[in-house]
Amino acid sequence: MSKRTESNLYTVLFATVMVIIVGALLAFFASALKPTINENKRIEKQQNILYAMGVNENDETSAIFVSKDKVGEEFSKYITKQIVIQGGKVTEDNKAYLIDVKKEQTAEKEGKQRRLPLFIGERDGKTFYIAPIRGKGLWDAIWGFVAMDANMVVKGAYFDHAGETAGLGSNIKQRFFMDDFIGEHLKKDGKFVGIAISKSNNDPLNKDKTDNEVDAIAGATITGDGVAAMIKSELRKYVSYFNTLKTN
Amino acid sequence: MGLLSKKDAKLITDPFADNNPITIQVLGICSALAITAELKASIVMAISVLFVMGVGNVVISLMRNIIPSKIRIIVQLIVVATLVIIVDQVLKAFAYELSKTLGAFIGLIITNCIIMGRFEAFALANGTWRSFLDGIGNAIGYGVILIIVGFFRELLGSGTLLGFKVLGDPIEKTGVYALGYENNGFMLLAPMALIVVGIIIWVQRTKNPALVEEQ
Repeated sequence: MSKRTESNLYTVLFATVMVIIVGALLAFFASALKPTINENKRIEKQQNILYAMGVNENDETSAIFVSKDKVGEEFSKYITKQIVIQGGKVTEDNKAYLIDVKKEQTAEKEGKQRRLPLFIGERDGKTFYIAPIRGKGLWDAIWGFVAMDANMVVKGAYFDHAGETAGLGSNIKQRFFMDDFIGEHLKKDGKFVGIAISKSNNDPLNKDKTDNEVDAIAGATITGDGVAAMIKSELRKYVSYFNTLKTN
Repeated sequence: MGLLSKKDAKLITDPFADNNPITIQVLGICSALAITAELKASIVMAISVLFVMGVGNVVISLMRNIIPSKIRIIVQLIVVATLVIIVDQVLKAFAYELSKTLGAFIGLIITNCIIMGRFEAFALANGTWRSFLDGIGNAIGYGVILIIVGFFRELLGSGTLLGFKVLGDPIEKTGVYALGYENNGFMLLAPMALIVVGIIIWVQRTKNPALVEEQ
């Protein structure tokens, strides 16, 4: 290496120029691609919501969303109403699915009143109430959508994660785990208890739907606990709304 | 290989066996333990690293005469991080499904010690073409071990390969499970990956005693 590259001045200059170039490059890519990325995220959200209420193209074993081209149409066909619950007040808002749950959770921590979106879908004469949930896994965020009926019995669930361990925690988005939630009760004797992820329920096929438990994934204890925790803390917030449904 | 001179060909073939980054240089062990619980993840990681190593080695090699040696590690880190972030953004925009699969690996690619190791040991001192071959060679050597480990861990731990139930259904007791076979849950945990890598090293050294260090 030549002497010129050893001087302090050169080193400082090199670092400055490099930071400017790299910064400009990254800023360019980020802003140029942002609209496309956001559009992809919006479509994915619609796909997730539809998936939870059973509108999907699943084959025998794997979870497959409705295709990208069809999703907008299917979404307006199946999702009949979108509402926002804010402190007992219910308002209709057909952009409710765009509410960022993460931002709402932060707002709640800051003492503000949180907006809770809920999507109401109709399929084969049945009504589905789909709520977004978000929590912590082992490494990073986990989130999902849970479809319920008016009695808070789960009718479908979709989970996803940002960075859970491949082959272990990442399996929360596999059919064998998500499908276990279908039919599972969130309430016990009329009181909300959530659904625990259990290693010892001795019910691997999940035949008992009223035990408030589904079978855990081996090697994914903390991710599984995270799923149970977010179901419990997030869906609990909807209980008062579901209670008003029953009296109608 | 007609295209490559003998010396260049060795850059590809050496890391594949006798100078394998994982089993001989013991680099990149962290990701070999972290993501090999299933075969699919191993393959995705192998391809990602192949790409980043190939391009990264070329970029570092092109810059090798202007990088100040005092901050060379930081420069290497910036180059690999920039590459990975740009690829991630482009995938998010144009191949969203694929980017979801890769999401968890982004951090692991940036911090993969094989990448930094090859930048430091090879690309900083060699020409572009040779650096490219060295990057590709090392990434293949790394990927092969990852795939072997992933194959055994998924097969023995979950009884599946790429998600297909090749051994039957463990709950319904079909296939080999009907004979009383059980999955070994321990295979899914990180320590078993280390043991599998250890067995590969053992086999490799038995076949080629020249690799064994003198006492």
